[in-house]
Amino acid sequence: MKVDRKTQLDSEIPTASMPDIIFMLLIFFMVTTVLREYSGLPISLPKAKRIEKLKSKRHTSHIWVSKEGLVSIEDKLYSSEGVRHVMYEKRVADPQLVVSLKADERSKMGLISDIHTELRKADALKLNYSSKTAVD
Amino acid sequence: MARKRRFKGGEIPTSSMADIAFLLLIFFLVTTTIDMDKGLGMVLPAEGEELEINKKNILNCLINSTGNVLLGGEAVEVRNLAKKVRQKLVENDKLIISVKAHGASNYMDYVKVIDQLKQANATRISIAESN
Repeated sequence: MKVDRKTQLDSEIPTASMPDIIFMLLIFFMVTTVLREYSGLPISLPKAKRIEKLKSKRHTSHIWVSKEGLVSIEDKLYSSEGVRHVMYEKRVADPQLVVSLKADERSKMGLISDIHTELRKADALKLNYSSKTAVD
Repeated sequence: MARKRRFKGGEIPTSSMADIAFLLLIFFLVTTTIDMDKGLGMVLPAEGEELEINKKNILNCLINSTGNVLLGGEAVEVRNLAKKVRQKLVENDKLIISVKAHGASNYMDYVKVIDQLKQANATRISIAESN
């Protein structure tokens, strides 16, 4: 016996929960967005080929070195001796600390070497020479 | 003539809610920057950690103030450094490369040398203090 189907199935995507989904995405992006905390010094980074990515931002601390010989950490200027105290405190607070050295390609090695010495004294031994990818 | 105003249900229109949310979403999508820090990794030796090393296992790499490189007593062009170091590492796999830069040399030259050493898969790199 043939039965007539009276109700027609309407096949539409429910749009009522659409704003909720979008809001979820929105909140995700809002939470993950990190506004830049420190601006650093104007520098042009050197180029290298064998570069590694730094694993996490949380364990990274930057040292900016400009070509004039200014050393800046978190937007404060330091002498090369002052680096030791700042980095020592950071090292104590975070044993996994990686120092990212953002030095201008024209800065002098004498200063970089001083920073090496200070970092060794501060026991912040994991160093990363921040550089751009070199293109052949 | 006064007209009676009929009360309409005071509801916020929700149909455009999705559009507003989309707009905000796109704004945050655009402003999010995922810039990863990248560079040459290096582990410095701890303070006071000085070892006596056999002279045979040390390869000196000197950088002068004009950016020229002297590898074990002979002048080498920076771009050929990786090749030379690789050869030396085949001869002696215990080789430690000691990089010493002149105080007035540029950081760029130093990074180039370190990069070349990394390309030669040299794992034992020592940084001598420059003066």
